[in-house]
Amino acid sequence: MIEVVEIIVGALMLLFAVLAIESKKLINSVIYMSLMSLLSVVSFIIMKAPDVGITEAVIGSGLVTFLFVITLTQIKKTGDTK
Amino acid sequence: MKRIIAILLTVAVGIFIFTGLYGEDSDFKAFGEKNISDTVANSYVDKNVDADRESPESGSANVVTSIVVNYRSLDTLGEVTVLFVSALGVALLGGFLKEKVTFSVKPGFILKNGMKIISGIILITGIYIFIHGHLSPGGGFPGGAMIGSSFLLMYLSDEEFKTKITAFKIMEGTAGSLILIIGLAGLSIGGYFLYNFLPNGNVGDLISAGIVPILYVLVGLKVGSEISNLLGNFLNGEVE
Repeated sequence: MIEVVEIIVGALMLLFAVLAIESKKLINSVIYMSLMSLLSVVSFIIMKAPDVGITEAVIGSGLVTFLFVITLTQIKKTGDTK
Repeated sequence: MKRIIAILLTVAVGIFIFTGLYGEDSDFKAFGEKNISDTVANSYVDKNVDADRESPESGSANVVTSIVVNYRSLDTLGEVTVLFVSALGVALLGGFLKEKVTFSVKPGFILKNGMKIISGIILITGIYIFIHGHLSPGGGFPGGAMIGSSFLLMYLSDEEFKTKITAFKIMEGTAGSLILIIGLAGLSIGGYFLYNFLPNGNVGDLISAGIVPILYVLVGLKVGSEISNLLGNFLNGEVE
């Protein structure tokens, strides 16, 4: 049973990692990366490392996503005169 | 063409790592099959590293905490210093932003009222996590980051929200100084910096494991106030 969950989580993580690299809009990349961190929390819990899981949940999928989103909303296009 | 080369390179590196990890003569056993009875880790789990002492080990139920805050306390102090330096950098550079960060979307009804319900729960969970850092998973850093994310929610839902920044600065400075004072007290009592000089108590009690819970509460308060302060500097632009 737990092996099935592991395989599904691993496959979804690979999928989201590829999507984060390949998506055209940067905001979509950030959200896919956040989803990948969220799935890695599940995988850390399965591997019996709850300490790492809590840290990853708070920092990896919470604060880092916030930082990227805020930075993306604040970037202005300059030099794009054409 | 470039993409094909990139894919081939990735597959080659993947095969290299996989065979290195799961090959015939590899030290990396499959999950759960590693025999730790002849490694250093066994001494940490059995808590008999320093057997000459009267009360040998810290007695914290969480093995990770007993390593992070007892055997390797100085590293934790270094991590706190790294966070402090980055917060200082944001505070110094925040003056160049000059204007408050504004969002194109105004906070709606659901965000405003959901925040009132959920931010208190997040705050209490963060405090619980660092108080019980020596018993259950978690500790000062995740707990502090959770407190910071609770304040982040308050910043996002209310544009006029402004925390008492001086109160956070005082709390951060006091917590940081108290960590150093406890370390120096250990130096004068036991002969080592951050020596665990308090009695251990029973494993599993809330008040046990000597100075470990005190240090973790201080680290949690310091990290929480630091991240809240950092977010405030980041979002409010110029510091007065």
